[in-house]
Amino acid sequence: MSAVAVEGVWKFYGDFPALRDVCLTAEQGACLALIGRNGAGKTTLLRTIAGFSRHGKGEIRILGTSPRETETRRHIGFIGHGISVYDELSALENLTLYARLYGLANPRKAALEWLERTGLERVRDGLVREFSRGMRQRLAVARAFLHEPSVLLLDEPFTALDDRAIAVLQGLLRDGLAQGRTIILSTHQLREALELASHVALLIRGQVAFHGPCTPEMVADPGLVYARYGED
Amino acid sequence: MREKLLYGAGLAAFLLLARNILVIADLPGEAAQGAIFKIIFFHVPAAWTAMVAATAALTLSILFLKTKDFRYDAAAVAVTEVGLAFLAANLVTGSIWGRVIWGIWWTWDVRLTSALVCWLLYAGYLMLRHAIEEPTQRATFAAVFSIFAFIDVPIVIFSIRWFRTQHPGPVFLSSTGSFPHDWTMVLLWNWVALMLLASILGAIRLGQEETQREIDYVRRMAHAL
Amino acid sequence: MEFARLVFVIMAKDLRAELRTKEAVNASFAFAVVILVLLSFVVESNDVPLPVLGGLLWLVFAFAGTLVLNRSFAREVPNDCLDALIAAPISGAALFLGKALANFLLVLVVELVALPVFGIFYNVRWTQQFWQLMLVVVLGTWGVTVIGTVFSALTVNIRLREVMLPMLTYPMLLPALLGAMELTGSLVTGAPIGPETVTWLKLLIGFDVLFTAASVTLVEFILVG
Repeated sequence: MSAVAVEGVWKFYGDFPALRDVCLTAEQGACLALIGRNGAGKTTLLRTIAGFSRHGKGEIRILGTSPRETETRRHIGFIGHGISVYDELSALENLTLYARLYGLANPRKAALEWLERTGLERVRDGLVREFSRGMRQRLAVARAFLHEPSVLLLDEPFTALDDRAIAVLQGLLRDGLAQGRTIILSTHQLREALELASHVALLIRGQVAFHGPCTPEMVADPGLVYARYGED
Repeated sequence: MREKLLYGAGLAAFLLLARNILVIADLPGEAAQGAIFKIIFFHVPAAWTAMVAATAALTLSILFLKTKDFRYDAAAVAVTEVGLAFLAANLVTGSIWGRVIWGIWWTWDVRLTSALVCWLLYAGYLMLRHAIEEPTQRATFAAVFSIFAFIDVPIVIFSIRWFRTQHPGPVFLSSTGSFPHDWTMVLLWNWVALMLLASILGAIRLGQEETQREIDYVRRMAHAL
Repeated sequence: MEFARLVFVIMAKDLRAELRTKEAVNASFAFAVVILVLLSFVVESNDVPLPVLGGLLWLVFAFAGTLVLNRSFAREVPNDCLDALIAAPISGAALFLGKALANFLLVLVVELVALPVFGIFYNVRWTQQFWQLMLVVVLGTWGVTVIGTVFSALTVNIRLREVMLPMLTYPMLLPALLGAMELTGSLVTGAPIGPETVTWLKLLIGFDVLFTAASVTLVEFILVG
C-alpha cells in the first residue's frame, strides 16, 4: 500500500480542468518533489490531496483511506501559503490549540517541545502579531509537525523562509524521512528540494509530464527535468 | 434544434397570451371592483409561477450539491432569475390594484409584505452569486443559500400572517368572492401561458449561463498557456 | 464526547482571540449605543407604546450583532487559518457549532450591556419579567447567530463583505426578529408570556431548531465544497 496514491484525478474550476487525469504515488518514506511553472496545478493538487476541496473524477487514498476521513486527517501535516496561526494568540496558545484539535494526550507538553525544536521557546508567550517573518514561518512549521504526521504535504515550503528557517525545516524533513514519514512538497527552489527528494514529478497544465526517481544528474543540474520533459 | 424549439414555444406563448388577453378583455367587470379586478388574471398566476420557480431552484440546488454538475447550477440561476421577475410582476400588479381600489400604492398587507420579503431573499441569492469569483465556490455557496431561502419562505409567510392577525391593518373594502366558475378556467389558462413564458425565459437564461461558462473556461485556458 | 470537546476548543479559541483585542465587541457595543441615541430623535420616548420600543430594541441588537458576526470567519482569513482547521481532524459541524457558540456569547454580552442602557434611555422597566425576557433574548440571539455564522462563512471571501452580510441576513432573519420583537414588546409591559404570545415563542424555537439543523447539515459543503 502506497502512503499516498492519486489515481486518475480530475479537478475542475467551473468547466476548466485544473488537474487532468493525475496519477501519482508516494511510498512510505519517500519524498516526492512536485515541480512545474506557476499555474501548472501544484497547489491545487496538494490541496486536493490534503482533502481541502473535493475533486471530480478519480480517487485519492492516503494510507489506504480517503483524506476526508477524520482518522486519516490525524496523520496528515500541511503547510500552505499562509502560516495558519492566529496573530492575536501567543505562540504557545497557537500550538496548544492545534494540539487540542488533534487530540494529543498532553497538548501543552507537545506545544512546548515543538517550540523548543523550532527555536521559539524564548518567545513562547509573545503574540504572533509581533513576530518577525522568519519566526512566523518557524511557528508554521512547528504547527504542521506538532501531531507527528506520517504524511507531510508542503506547498512551497522554502519560499519566504529565512536562512535559519530553511535550515530548521530541512533538518526536520531529513529527520522525518529517516523516521519513515512520507513527504510531498511543491517548489520552485529546485536545489533545496532535489537534495531531499527521492522522486520528482513535473506538472504541466494540470497533467503529469514526468514522474520518476530523482537521479544524481537531476540534483547536479536542477534544470534537467524541465529541459528534458518540459515542452520548450 | 434548440433554437427552433425556443422560437416555436415563443410563438405558442405569444398566441396563447394574445388569446387570453382578448378573452379577459371580453369578460364583464367584477360587481364591486369593475375592470381593475381583471388584473387578478395576471397577478395570481405570476405568484404561482414564482412559487414553482422557487421549488425548481431548491431541487436544482440540491442536485448540484449532490452531483457537482454545473448544468444544475446554471439551471438554478436561470429559474431563480425568472422567478424573481414573475414575483416582481406579482408585486407591481398588486400595487396597481391597490392604487385603484385602496387609493394607495403600497400597504403593509400580509401578502404584499410576504412577497416583498421573499423577493429580497432571492435577490440576495443573485447578489451573493455576483460577488463570488470562483465558479465552484460560487455555485456551492449559492446552492446552500437557496436551500436556506426555501426553508425560510413558509416561516416568513406564517410569521407575517400571524403578525397581521394580531395587529389588524387598516380595514379596506373586502371583496367577498364573486369569482364565477368559468373565470377559473381563464385564470388557469393564463397560468399556462405565463408558465410557458417563464420556461422560455428560463431556457434563454440557461443558454446565456452556458455561454458564460464557456467563456470562463476559454479565459482560464488562455491564462494557463 | 469528543465532538463536544472539539466544539469547546473552537469556541474557546474564538473567544480568546476576540477578547484579546475586543475589537468587534467594543465596536458592536458602541454602535448599539449610537443607534439607541439616534432612535431617540425618531421616537419621543414618552408617548411611544412599550411594544414599539421592544421592537426597536431588536433592531439595535440585529445591527450591533452583525458587527460581531462579520468578524467570525474573517478572523480565519489573514493567515489562511481556515485551511489548518479544515485539515485538522474535526468535523465541519463541530467547527460551525464552536464558532456559532462563541459568536452567541459575544453578541449576548453586548446585548446584556446594551439592555440596561436601553432601559434608562427610554424609561422602560424591562426587569419586570426578567427570566422570561432572558429566555427570549437567548432564543432570539441564537437565531441571529446561527444564520449570521453560516452567512459569515458564505461571504468571507467576498468584496464588500461588511455590506453583503446584513443584506443576506436580515430578510432571512425576519421571522425570528418578528417573534423576538413581539415577545419583548409584551414582556416589557410586565405581562408574562400567555396564550396570546406563546405562538411567537414556538415560532422562535422552531426557527432556531430548523436553521441549526440546516446549518449543521450544510456546513461541510461550505467548507470543503
